[in-house]
Amino acid sequence: MNAPTEFDPTQAHVVSEWKHERPLNACRIDPLGRFVFGGSEDVVVSRFQFADGAKTNLTGGHSTWVRSLAFTKDGTHAVSGACDGKITWWETTAESPTPVRSIDAHKGWVRSMDASADGTLIASGGNDNIVRVWNAADGSLVHELTGHQGHIYSVAFHPLGEFLLTGDLMGVVKQWELATGKEVRTFDAGPLHSYNGGQGVDYGGVRALSISPDGKRLAAGGLHEATNPFAGVNKAIVLVFDWETQEVKQKHTADSVERGIVWRIRWLADGSFVGAISGTEGALVFWKQEEANFYHKLKLPSNARDMDLHPDGLQVATAHHDGHVRITRLTAKST
Amino acid sequence: MSISYACNTVEHGMARRSFLGTMAAGVGSLTGGLGAFLQPAIGEELMREQKRVVIWDMHGGISQLETWDPKPGTDTGGPFLSIPTSVPGIHVCELMPKTAQQMHHLCLIRGVDTNEDDHGLGRYKVTTGRKMTGAANDPQIGAVAAKALTPENYALPGHIMITPGGGGGRSNDSAYLGPKYSSVQLGNGKPPQNSLLPDTITVEHDAARQEYRRRQNERFLSRRRTATSEAYGYSYEQALQMMQQRDVFDVSKEPAKDQERYGTHDLGRHALLARRLLEHGTPVVKLSHSNYDTHHENFNFHIEQLGELDRAFSCFVEDLADRGMLETTLIIVLSEFGRTPKVNSRYGRDHWSHAWSVVMAGCRMPRGFAYGATNDNGTDVVDGRVDHANLFHTYLQGAGVDSTATFNIEGREVPLADPSSHPIEAILT
Repeated sequence: MNAPTEFDPTQAHVVSEWKHERPLNACRIDPLGRFVFGGSEDVVVSRFQFADGAKTNLTGGHSTWVRSLAFTKDGTHAVSGACDGKITWWETTAESPTPVRSIDAHKGWVRSMDASADGTLIASGGNDNIVRVWNAADGSLVHELTGHQGHIYSVAFHPLGEFLLTGDLMGVVKQWELATGKEVRTFDAGPLHSYNGGQGVDYGGVRALSISPDGKRLAAGGLHEATNPFAGVNKAIVLVFDWETQEVKQKHTADSVERGIVWRIRWLADGSFVGAISGTEGALVFWKQEEANFYHKLKLPSNARDMDLHPDGLQVATAHHDGHVRITRLTAKST
Repeated sequence: MSISYACNTVEHGMARRSFLGTMAAGVGSLTGGLGAFLQPAIGEELMREQKRVVIWDMHGGISQLETWDPKPGTDTGGPFLSIPTSVPGIHVCELMPKTAQQMHHLCLIRGVDTNEDDHGLGRYKVTTGRKMTGAANDPQIGAVAAKALTPENYALPGHIMITPGGGGGRSNDSAYLGPKYSSVQLGNGKPPQNSLLPDTITVEHDAARQEYRRRQNERFLSRRRTATSEAYGYSYEQALQMMQQRDVFDVSKEPAKDQERYGTHDLGRHALLARRLLEHGTPVVKLSHSNYDTHHENFNFHIEQLGELDRAFSCFVEDLADRGMLETTLIIVLSEFGRTPKVNSRYGRDHWSHAWSVVMAGCRMPRGFAYGATNDNGTDVVDGRVDHANLFHTYLQGAGVDSTATFNIEGREVPLADPSSHPIEAILT
């Protein structure tokens, strides 16, 4: 992997803040880098122009909170998933986008979505413990993948195109073969889940799932050491698996972010990766594969609930509880 | 009903006024010793007459917005939608689909303002109907109801608490009403502790030693009869009955299809056990669901907890209705408070006592009714504001007990409920 010359996460700094009226749950940058889309604690999908932050609210697609987003690989359409169980297609660049199509995709929340590398498929995971794979062009159902025993918290297509990875509340990651829809194998991310008998709840889950661009590493993020789930007393963690052997190569932590939860992971051009964390603070945390502890942390003004990497590899968008999308440059400040 | 003892104390009697309520006929008809309750004909008659109370205690503070008073589409509403119920015009949160179909049996109290956001102090208010003061130690609703409703010679404990964890023994929830009305705990729904005859003691040996105890007891009582000595004898006889009727506490005796319907999780088992206990005449049963104190990820945790509650509670209500037991059983669903309308930065809701909900059903409660209202985003009560004292009166009146009556405790008249308050008259049928 070749990083741009100015790439330097240790110099990361926020360059833009764009505000939505309600707390944000999710964000994605379109594959051509023109827009950031946000999902929020209302029925709106917000669209921000990357150049200046100009905002358009997209309405009519959902009846409650928008929790997940994805783009078709050509960037022509955004797809939003919400707590009403629907996924809705939007024309990315329309002046005032209206729903292209809306599908009753899941019974319960749509927590996570992703687009396949070849642009033909959209995957969604929901509270019905089912993963569904959709034709990106017409919204028809391609696969219905069953077998998870808990809510689906994360879905991610393998970058080399053959597989889909899905993670659930119980700390189980399943690998599915896209051609057949068959389950191939399971990765044990058990440390990301715990059951608290006193409070009577399962907690944690595979909240972030990402495969390295070379396909050799699988990162699963979330939380561990949860001593009091109802108060969110836990620590952030990322497990990195060797793709071939399924061995956990490293347990990456960020203990200095109190009550941390890793919500998304993106691999960077130098082979390291960044996690968006919420806790008593919001943060972008940068890890190298060989080191358990992070090598840099950028504190953010509010809890970060989602994150995406710009196609230039130098900019990151984060979605925050205070309603802001923040753009962080992974470079030194320009003089 | 007051008993005069050799020491001239008047112990645990109820003042005459308390019998002006609808309990008079049922309680007044009781005669005989513990054995009387064991006669099937008499037992069945009592079962028809006897009022019962069952309390569903949602520990930690259940969210009214995710249950009984949803506000979808508002800044406080959270991610869940509302759904219609079996009563046109009444909607509940989508997390309660099965309970929604039983709404025609329920009475929602949506304007509860108990003005206490601390767990301990809030729990005290809600369970005793009074504000905690330094010197006070007031009995909880279960104990008050048990004293008012338990037939004098009822063979088994009149107040049972099914706890979510282990444990056992007696609770300390009856205050000055005395240990007779404290709840007997069934840890995780298991039969009472030490209720099996030890292997080393044969039935014949046990019968002989009980007979010896009774003779000695009678001899003692013939010379000096006191409330305390009588209570000792009562405790022994009650313990024997518990051992002989141990199956009453064994939920595995219920049909397998019912165990499946209620759910195999703890709350499902406990709810089915509660039904079993009520069917066997237990006057007061309390069960708990732990826990709802969801400062963090309120919505995820309510999905988990309410999945259990909705299944178990809906089956429970449906069964009591089908069996005609709602005529004589008051169901109460309470918590120490509700949860904040505002969603915090960690998807949590905090403590909120100023506008939350309690649910009742059965006895004198109207069916399919919602009393009181909160504003559009649930931050305040706009109609039918009631507090803990109003609710406490209403629980008792709902079960046919005159809440303005007094207990005679060692010669002192003690009001059953806060005499400065009153029940929610508008809902009592």
